[in-house]
Amino acid sequence: LSIRQTDMLRVKKIHFNNNFAYLINLKCPNYLLFLQIFINNEWQDSVSGKVFPVYNPATGEQICEVQEADKADVDKAVQAARLAFSLGSVWRRMDASERGRLLSKLADLVERDSVYLATIESLDSGKPFLPTLFVDLQGTIKTLRYFAGYADKIHGTSIPMDGEYLTFTRYEPIGVCGQIVPWNFPLMMTAWKLGPALACGNTVVLKPAEETPLTCLYMAALIKEAGFPPGVINILPGFGPTAGAAIASHMGIDKVAFTGSTEVGKLIQEAAGKSNLKRVTLELGGKNPNIIFADADLDLAVEEAHQGVFFNAGQCCTAGSRIYVEEPIYDEFVRRSVERAKRRIVGSPFDPMTEQGPQISREHQSRVLEFIQSGITEGAKLECGGKALGLKGFFIEPTVFSNVRDDMRIAREEIFGPVQQIMKFKTIDEVIERANNSDYGLVAAVFTKDISKAMTISTAMQAGTVWINCFNALSTQCPFGGYKMSGNGREMGENGLKEYSEVKTITIKMVAKNS
Amino acid sequence: TVTCTSAHILPCQRVRGIHHTIFVPLFHPQVFIGNEWHESCSGRKIPVYNPTTEKLLCEVEEADSDDVDKAVRSARAAFQMGSPWRSMDASDRGHLLNRLADLVERDRLLLATLEALNCGKVFLMAYFVDLMATIKTLRYYSGWADKIHGKTIPVDGEYFTYTRHEPIGVCGQIIPWNFPLMMFVWKIAPALCCGNTVVIKPAEQTPLSALHMAALIKEVAGFPPGVVNVLPGYGQTAGCAISHHMDIDKVAFTGSTAVGKLIQKAAGESNLKRVTLELGGKNPNIVFADLEYAVEQAHSGLFFNQGQCCLAGSRVFVEEPIYEEFVRRSVEKARSKVLGNPLLPGVDQGPQIDQKQFDKIMELIESGKREGATLECGGSPGGQQGLFIQPTVFSNVRDHMRIAKEEIFGPVQQIMCFRSINEVIQRANATQYGLAAGVFTNDINKALTVSSALQAGMVWVNCYNAMSIQCPFGGFKMSGNGRELGEYALQEYTEIKAVTIRISQKSS
Repeated sequence: LSIRQTDMLRVKKIHFNNNFAYLINLKCPNYLLFLQIFINNEWQDSVSGKVFPVYNPATGEQICEVQEADKADVDKAVQAARLAFSLGSVWRRMDASERGRLLSKLADLVERDSVYLATIESLDSGKPFLPTLFVDLQGTIKTLRYFAGYADKIHGTSIPMDGEYLTFTRYEPIGVCGQIVPWNFPLMMTAWKLGPALACGNTVVLKPAEETPLTCLYMAALIKEAGFPPGVINILPGFGPTAGAAIASHMGIDKVAFTGSTEVGKLIQEAAGKSNLKRVTLELGGKNPNIIFADADLDLAVEEAHQGVFFNAGQCCTAGSRIYVEEPIYDEFVRRSVERAKRRIVGSPFDPMTEQGPQISREHQSRVLEFIQSGITEGAKLECGGKALGLKGFFIEPTVFSNVRDDMRIAREEIFGPVQQIMKFKTIDEVIERANNSDYGLVAAVFTKDISKAMTISTAMQAGTVWINCFNALSTQCPFGGYKMSGNGREMGENGLKEYSEVKTITIKMVAKNS
Repeated sequence: TVTCTSAHILPCQRVRGIHHTIFVPLFHPQVFIGNEWHESCSGRKIPVYNPTTEKLLCEVEEADSDDVDKAVRSARAAFQMGSPWRSMDASDRGHLLNRLADLVERDRLLLATLEALNCGKVFLMAYFVDLMATIKTLRYYSGWADKIHGKTIPVDGEYFTYTRHEPIGVCGQIIPWNFPLMMFVWKIAPALCCGNTVVIKPAEQTPLSALHMAALIKEVAGFPPGVVNVLPGYGQTAGCAISHHMDIDKVAFTGSTAVGKLIQKAAGESNLKRVTLELGGKNPNIVFADLEYAVEQAHSGLFFNQGQCCLAGSRVFVEEPIYEEFVRRSVEKARSKVLGNPLLPGVDQGPQIDQKQFDKIMELIESGKREGATLECGGSPGGQQGLFIQPTVFSNVRDHMRIAKEEIFGPVQQIMCFRSINEVIQRANATQYGLAAGVFTNDINKALTVSSALQAGMVWVNCYNAMSIQCPFGGFKMSGNGRELGEYALQEYTEIKAVTIRISQKSS
């Protein structure tokens, strides 16, 4: 199927809930999609007139075309966001609890349309439908509800300072926040960004990944339906080097938040320094160690390690892609992991039996295959998989390497694909040192029944999240983020609010002080 | 006729109003234990009146100590380790409170009508103030449920230490008749948010909205049985049973200081249950010479809810230069108030809650006349029927008079004169109460000095009764202890456990 906006037989522009939407016929169902730029609660075409294609990675075919935002559109959006943020605006004067009500309303709407959103998300990103419905959509709704609850609980402090003064702090919103989200969890990452930013009272200019703009744009329609004032949230589909770069270097944006590769994260921080010193938070890559001791529950460890690296076709910043197994159980662990990997069902995202969908794009698939080749070349043992799967789409076989040495590329670099590395270790001090020997530091895990080992490892890991006898146990209440080059700042939990607040200290002279 | 929006088909209770008969679906005039409706163990019933007409509205089952025992057993079972309530995600507890808020919003008109009928509250106030606050309180605490954080702590020695903020357990809650629905929610919301189970006794005069809330709690269909138990009953019997109970872990009481003292005694005599009290007030409202719209604020600060507020600004201190003018304007405002049927629009003031309160207020008014205050207006029963009292203003009140010292809880305003800032601070603080205070001035130094100096849990500057659920509420001295609302309320419903684990080697 190939559908262009100009194909009037298959695409109809309609009025839907005060929005302009496109009704697109994709063989059987009609898909209601929003394909334009969203600024000031209005749908607009790009200033340049350019559009870009959006693909279904399970088939390689084009779904539709979306308006492409560039610097000129970013300028428009920033202007709208700045106006919505001005002192005395509807957004600034709103009760904090009312901001929370709007976020809660948005959560209700996402819940109402969750099956539909999961469908578009699957179509656009290749993520299997059922996990998308039960993990991504639930994560999205829960995140919005969590931050809805925080909006009127952001407390400053009153402070007993030296001198005849009454002093207190106000936690103010920072201002206009630029947010750039990735393609691996498009909708959920959008909620992770919007939740805390809006709870704290900021306005937002958000760019979804060019591979996966569709659910984010649908969310824009829900944002309008929920009743957010115009200009508070603006959504600009576009490319990193153009729209993303414009956001990172914009003189009128007060903060930029980015989730994506470490490589691009560095560019963002550079741009922030070169432009106006905007505040920067980054959630970047990981090469996360998963340490399995001999006393671990082996069944649990094998399954958790398997899911930990293969979930979302390996396209997770949290992928446990270096599995350190204590020598006594190493061989058995490898055997069971290979057997599990061979059983992993790769197929169409809409098949309920599918565990693993395609990689996001042809380019990405090639990258992963190249890593696999390097593993073979550098002397790791290819236990299973290793090849692309099928003719259409961008599928890769679940791949397991054993006898991996720490200096190999597959042990050092983030693959972001369904490739599992299993290494052997002897002592606890050795494995701590090897696990920490990385520029990354996002997450780590340890499987053991011994409380001392658990405490020692979790204290020693240079990682923002450490899991004990579990993996990918994430929840909105917990802060999430990286040490070292896995990023800076934390998202989620109470810590997430700090990144979206600017603290003002107010000191008033008192005639006489009393404790 | 009031049309009810509930679609359930269940036996209805006919509830008589003045000109209206309303059929209240889902209305169970019974004891609510374990998500079920029960008759009282004793078989006795409480008559519930409409204070506007003094006629019987209906009867409800009367809970006594046996019913309290039943309820506590149910609440204790619901609190067991491994129970559905204990093993639920904290965010799910929050979600249930949010769904309850949705149902209250759905039934807002019905609940406001019940409140107006049962309390004599002006309907529009019930709808816009009580109901709004009720809904917001539920939503506020639904947000806190999964944000109750303990700490990890860098202790000395080779240890890893963290705190758990656990629910206390079974909480007994006793609420008053002046804001029945709002007080119900002020109590259950933080308690449930923190994971406790609750045995709550509404005031014997005003059980109706509490019983409707019980029905809504059951309708949410997510609160496990025993988490919330509602026991209409009398203070001396059911209330006493709660405060003395050996298996209740905490008691929270809102009401008079006299009864608050009994509750604290009972807690000491029984099992040292944790106690929080929200009691009376004789709240000073201080007006400096440079601000005049204070008349309106001082007026509503006293007369709101027929004067039946713990926050009533019942000692208005006015700076000498504007004293005469202030009195004159206050009297004018008081005289313009319309007494009448609280269900009708255009009515400002309804009846007092019952004969006992009425008698107490009239007695205090007489004492004011006897002790030599100047009765500027009012001072007698209001027209119509038995429980109305005219808006009353006393001037030339001296601090030793009973009307200046005792909580009247009626539509009686005292206006005193002062000269200097130090004098008024000292006089304002010369009371065993300490709930709220107001200061009206444009001068930043006066505002800060007075607000720092006043012994009151809440101080309002250039406003009065400016309350919001995010802000802590509670009293100094004999106005109570502990705080409700805001984040502070969570402390009162939490028991802190510190867990210390030995580790082989510590690292900062």
